[in-house]
Amino acid sequence: MSWLVIAPILLPLAASAVAFVLHRRPALQRGWALATTAATLAASLALLAEVSRGGIVATTLGGWPAPFGITFVADHLSAILVVVGAVMALATAAYALADVDAGREGLGYHPLFLVLVAGVHGAFLTGDLFNLYVWFEVLLIASFALLTLGSGRAQLEGGVKYVAVNLVSSLFFLAAIGLTYGLTGTLNMADLAGALRDAPPNLVTLLAMLFLVAFGIKAAIFPLFFWLPASYHTPPTAVAAYFAGMLTKVGVYALLRAFTLLFTGDVAWTHGVLAVLAGFTMVVGVLGAAAQNEMRRILAFHIVSQIGYMILGLALYTPLALAGALFYLVHNVVAKANLFFVAGLVRRVAGSSDLDAVGGLYRHRPWLAIGFLVPAFALAGFPPLSGFWAKLLVVLAGLEAGAWLLVVLALGTGLLTLYSMTKIWQRAFWAPAPEGLELRRDAPAAMVVPVAALAGVTILMGVAVEPFLALAQAAAAEMMDPARYVAAVLGEGGTP
Amino acid sequence: MEAPVALTVGIVFGAGVYLVLQRNLLRFVFGLILISGAVNVSIFVAGRLTRGASPFVPEGAVAPPAGSANALPQALILTAIVIGFGLTVFAIVLLLRTYERLGTVRTDELPERLDDPRPVDRNGDAPAGAPRPRPMPQGGTVPRTGPSGTDARDDGEGAP
Repeated sequence: MSWLVIAPILLPLAASAVAFVLHRRPALQRGWALATTAATLAASLALLAEVSRGGIVATTLGGWPAPFGITFVADHLSAILVVVGAVMALATAAYALADVDAGREGLGYHPLFLVLVAGVHGAFLTGDLFNLYVWFEVLLIASFALLTLGSGRAQLEGGVKYVAVNLVSSLFFLAAIGLTYGLTGTLNMADLAGALRDAPPNLVTLLAMLFLVAFGIKAAIFPLFFWLPASYHTPPTAVAAYFAGMLTKVGVYALLRAFTLLFTGDVAWTHGVLAVLAGFTMVVGVLGAAAQNEMRRILAFHIVSQIGYMILGLALYTPLALAGALFYLVHNVVAKANLFFVAGLVRRVAGSSDLDAVGGLYRHRPWLAIGFLVPAFALAGFPPLSGFWAKLLVVLAGLEAGAWLLVVLALGTGLLTLYSMTKIWQRAFWAPAPEGLELRRDAPAAMVVPVAALAGVTILMGVAVEPFLALAQAAAAEMMDPARYVAAVLGEGGTP
Repeated sequence: MEAPVALTVGIVFGAGVYLVLQRNLLRFVFGLILISGAVNVSIFVAGRLTRGASPFVPEGAVAPPAGSANALPQALILTAIVIGFGLTVFAIVLLLRTYERLGTVRTDELPERLDDPRPVDRNGDAPAGAPRPRPMPQGGTVPRTGPSGTDARDDGEGAP
């Protein structure tokens, strides 16, 4: 069996146990978390290199051959997402050095964060539906604790909503798994791909809709997104940024996997539903953001809106559209988390991220302004930044498929995104500082470096788009041809 | 045999959904517990019900005899029960902490309590949502109220 596939899960999981033991040594804990996330990034890069060299890597635990043992599979989609997850984990661990206070560290911030990272990577890499449920719960329980750590009033108020909705979503997921097992007798995803093809199509579509609700809540698509803007602005910035970047994307990943591998029997209906939801998600999210006046709340609504573009790519279900969806996903994780980081810096420097209470930052902190400008323009889709290519791919795929209405919605949403970003820019950075605003502290290096690094990634993805696009297209080709995934898991081409 | 169990699952699920839709968060948690029980039983039924044939592998054989019960759903349910237990406990503790800090467990009252610095003591016998006559010193009667600066409304940066 190949250890490389499970290394991005095992490293943070094992390290979190050590971090628990170190709970009286916060300085050591911080360094440990940083070192672990760096090692995880190295392991996931090695995995991606292996996948692009030798194709899909699969391994089963415990020596039981698939479909009986629990399978872990790394295809391009999984490997790319694990790399993105590891980059975000490293950036968050660095940012947390200055952002997470001693009290929260004492309550176990670092071990919980490492468990969260392990859960996210586990969800990306598992090839078993029930195991996916288990990883979802691992990351959920860690995220519950991180979201409410410290028990601030606003945190509890947001946490209650987040916990309640996500618990309901988990139960939907579990019920869907039970019914799937009753229908097919297997839960291995590669095995299911074949079994669901032979099952009665109306029952399969019913299951698809159950999974759509379960994953749709996690991914925050319309009309299941209300928990997200209600909770994401409450925890410390480092936590909120990782949540904003990665957690909804786990739901998007699950949708991508389910609706390219498992539920491809009745594309006209299932992906038609996805297209309608994508349109609503884009528009409702961006309109919600336009009504907000606090940086982190605006950004939280934009997460919803941008999930719509990814779902749109999935709904169009062509190689170009899937490549666009994946490119969009990667671009969005980096840019969105970076904007949360910047919002945290604004809070640190100006004492608030409410647009009524800050101003004049361009004049007094020009580098911070540039740090905001790069991800914000990327989000709005300005060339030559990453968001331009992401939007271009999805829109091109939409034009190819003749989905005119959705293309118009996507472009209109882009304009309104620009409106929100200029609103932040104009009021926080350009407008003169309001009376009595004192720029208190300077930004600590630990918070500036992740912002600069992620802005660099955004620029790199925009300027040197070729290699990123090639990876996304390789992933899309695998998604359009599930037989390769199935052969890697069930055939001889599995483990060396 | 499956039909009455399936019917039971439906009834319990329905009762759970009814409770989940209530505004009182305690009822919400009870609803979750009911639904998670119903889901577990439905997984059990999904593995088909077999009476009287335990899935033991006889000595020398490599598989249980034909017609024996399916052991896999039980393993799945066991995992699901353990996970559900952990999540339910977390939800209840979160509820308790929310009641301590915000003084209510009704979802429609939570937002208005955000700006209301009125802690509720743990042994307070006033019903949830009842006005508190005497303001209490911050943190005085609420044990273990988080690490630092947690009484601010936005305490994302609660560095001491």
